[in-house]
Amino acid sequence: MNSAFPLRFVRSLATGTLATMSILMSGHALGADPIKVGILEDQSGNFAIAVIPKIYAYQLAVDEINAKGGVLGRQLKIIHYDTQSDNTRFQEFARRQIQQDKVDVIFGAFSSASREAIRPIMDRSKQLYFYNNQYEGGVCDSNVFVTGAVPEQQFSTLIPWVMEKYGKKVYTIAADYNFGQISAEWVRNIVKENGGTMVGEEFIPLSVSQFSQTIQNIQKAKPDVLVTLLVGANQASFYEQQAAANLNIPMASSVNVGQAYEHKRFKAPALKDMYVTANYVEEVVSPASDDFKKRFRAKFPQVEYINQEAANAYDAIYLYKAGVEKAGSTDQAKVKAALGGGGICTDGPSGKVCLDPKSHHTSHRIYLIHVKADHSVDIPKVWDDIQPYWLGTVGCDLSKKADQSQYTPSNLPKK
Amino acid sequence: MTFLVEAYAFFYQLADSFAFLVLCGLGLAIIFGMMGVINLAHGEFIMCGAYVTVLSARAGVPLPFAMLCGTLAAGLVGLILEFLIIRRLYHRLFDSIVATWALSLIATQGMLIVAGPSIEGLKTPFGSFELGAYSFSVYRALLPLIALLLLGALYWLFMRTRFGIHSRATIQDPNMARALGANTSRIYSQTFTLGAALAGLTGALYAPTITAVPTMGQAFIVQSFVTVVVSGADVMLGLAPSAAVLAFIQSLLTRSYGQLIGQIGLLLTVIVVVRVLPKGISGWALQRNGGR
Repeated sequence: MNSAFPLRFVRSLATGTLATMSILMSGHALGADPIKVGILEDQSGNFAIAVIPKIYAYQLAVDEINAKGGVLGRQLKIIHYDTQSDNTRFQEFARRQIQQDKVDVIFGAFSSASREAIRPIMDRSKQLYFYNNQYEGGVCDSNVFVTGAVPEQQFSTLIPWVMEKYGKKVYTIAADYNFGQISAEWVRNIVKENGGTMVGEEFIPLSVSQFSQTIQNIQKAKPDVLVTLLVGANQASFYEQQAAANLNIPMASSVNVGQAYEHKRFKAPALKDMYVTANYVEEVVSPASDDFKKRFRAKFPQVEYINQEAANAYDAIYLYKAGVEKAGSTDQAKVKAALGGGGICTDGPSGKVCLDPKSHHTSHRIYLIHVKADHSVDIPKVWDDIQPYWLGTVGCDLSKKADQSQYTPSNLPKK
Repeated sequence: MTFLVEAYAFFYQLADSFAFLVLCGLGLAIIFGMMGVINLAHGEFIMCGAYVTVLSARAGVPLPFAMLCGTLAAGLVGLILEFLIIRRLYHRLFDSIVATWALSLIATQGMLIVAGPSIEGLKTPFGSFELGAYSFSVYRALLPLIALLLLGALYWLFMRTRFGIHSRATIQDPNMARALGANTSRIYSQTFTLGAALAGLTGALYAPTITAVPTMGQAFIVQSFVTVVVSGADVMLGLAPSAAVLAFIQSLLTRSYGQLIGQIGLLLTVIVVVRVLPKGISGWALQRNGGR
C-alpha cells in the first residue's frame, strides 16, 4: 500500500499530463475532433477466421487516410467492439456505438443473421451503416450501403459456367439460415433458367460438423455439380470428409476460398475442383492488387490470408471518405445523400468499384476462382464491371423512394 | 445387390453416428456421469487433444503417436486443473457449472490468441472404398471399432482392476471408502484425469476429419451431454445402448429428412427420455433388476 501510493500518484500525474498535452495538440495541430468510425466485427467465435483480415483492412485504410491528412482535415478514429460471432452482442454494441459513442458511421457484420439483427437498430436511429460482405442480396435500405458482392454478381456468372462445363444436374447444400436459404433460391432459379434440374437440396444447421449421411445422399442423387453454401468453422469440416469419402464431384460456391481460405487451411485435395466467384482473392495478380498486398503485409505481417472481405472493408472506408468529401460534412443525412447521389467510386485492390444510387450496392469485377488438386488456384475467367442490377430491376430505387426492406426472388417489392 | 449396398450404407451411417456419440460421451460419462461434475469445458479438452495431435503430426510425429500426444496432453491439463480448481468443486454442482464454463471460455479465447483463428488441418488417412453408387472413408469405418474397443477397455478398467474398484467405491461413498483406507483425493484426481484424457483422445481421433479451430469443442458438447444424460449415471451399463438408440434415431431421420430433422429428432429423444426415464437408460435397467 505504502509503496504503491507514490507510484500510482506518479502514474496518474503522467497520464493526466499526457491527456492534457494531447488535447492541446489535437486542438492546435489537427484542427478538429476526429471522425468516429464504429466497427462491429467478429474477432472471435465461429466467424473469426474470415473476419480478422477485415478488421486489419479497416485499420489499414484508416491509417493510410490519416497519414495523408484525414478527411476534411479531420482524423478518423476507429471504435471497434468484438461482436464474438454472437447476434446479441451485435445488438448490444450497435446500441452502444450509436447512443454512447455517437459514431459518425458504422461498418460491420459478417453473417446475414447478424446484419439483420442490427439493421433495425440502424434504421431506428437513421444511422449510416456499411455492410461489407458478400451475401444473399436484396437489402434495399436507405441507411445501408453494401460493398460485398450479391447473387446477380456471383451466381449469374458462376452457375451457368459450371453447368456448361460439367452438366445440368445440380445439388445444393446450404447453411440453414437466411443467407443459405435465399442463396439456394437464387441457385434454384438460375439452374432452371439454364435448362438444368435440381437433383437435391439440403439445409444444414450451423452446428453440424458430421457429414457422412449428407455425403451418401449426394452420392445417391449423382449430381454433375455440387453447390456448397456452407458457412462457419463447423460446416467447413464437410470438405475434408467428402474428400476422405472420395465424393469427387466438382463444387461451386459463393462463400468458400474468398472468405475463409479453405484452400490454404485444408490438406490437398479436399477442395479439388472447387469453383468460386469472388470480387477479390489474394491470388489476384495486378498492379493494384500487388500493391495492396504489399502494404497490407507490411503493416500486418501476421495476416494468414488477405480475403475478399478485406478488400470490401478497405473499399468501404474509402467510399465513406468520398461521400464525406462530396457532402463537405460528416452530417449523416448529408453523407447518405452524397453516397446515394451517384458518382461515388474508389480504386480498390480489384479495380474500380462504384456505388449504385438505386440499390446502394457496388459494382464489381468478378473473378472465377478454380482450386486445383494441389490447392493452387487459377482464374479461368474474369467478368468486368458487373452491376448489382437485380434490386433496381424489381423496383427498389432508393434515390426516389426511401425503404428499409430486404427482398428475395419470392418476396418482391410491391409495385 | 442394391439392397445389400443400401443396407450397408445405412449400417455405415449408423455406426458412424454411434462412434461419434460414444467418443463424444466417453470422457464426460466419467467426469459428469460418475463424478457429478458438470464439465462445460469438455469440448475444450477435446479441442486440446485435437490441437496437440494436429500440431505434433505436422511436426513429423507419426499419426498414432501424435494422437497419443494429444490424449496425454489433455490428460495432463485435466490433472493440473483438477488440482487447482475442480478439487474444490466436488458436490458443488452449480459452482462446477460456472467454473468449468469459465474454463471453456478462457481456453477458447486463449487458443484464438495463441494459435490464431485456425491451423492447417491433417489429411484423413487410409483413403476410401467403393460399394455400388457409394464410396466410404476407410478411417471413418474404423472409428466405430475403436469406440467399441474403448468401451471394452473401460469396462475392464472399472470392473476388473484395483483402481476401478477404488474409484467406484470412492464415488459411491467417499467417507466409507476413506474409512476403509482408500486415498480418495488421489482417486478423484486420477479419475478426472482419465476423463480428460479420454476427451483428448476423442479430439485426437477426429482431428484428421474436421477443421481445427478454437471453437471446435462446441461441435461436440451437445452430443456429449445428450449421450450421457440418456445413458444415466452408470456409464458401463448405459453409454453403449444410449449411443446406439440415439444413433439409430438420428441416422434414420437424417437419411430421410436431412440434417436439421436429424438434430431435432436427437434432441426430442432426449426430452422424452428425461421425462420417462429420469435416471437414464442405466437407471431404468438397474431399477428393473431390483438393483438400487
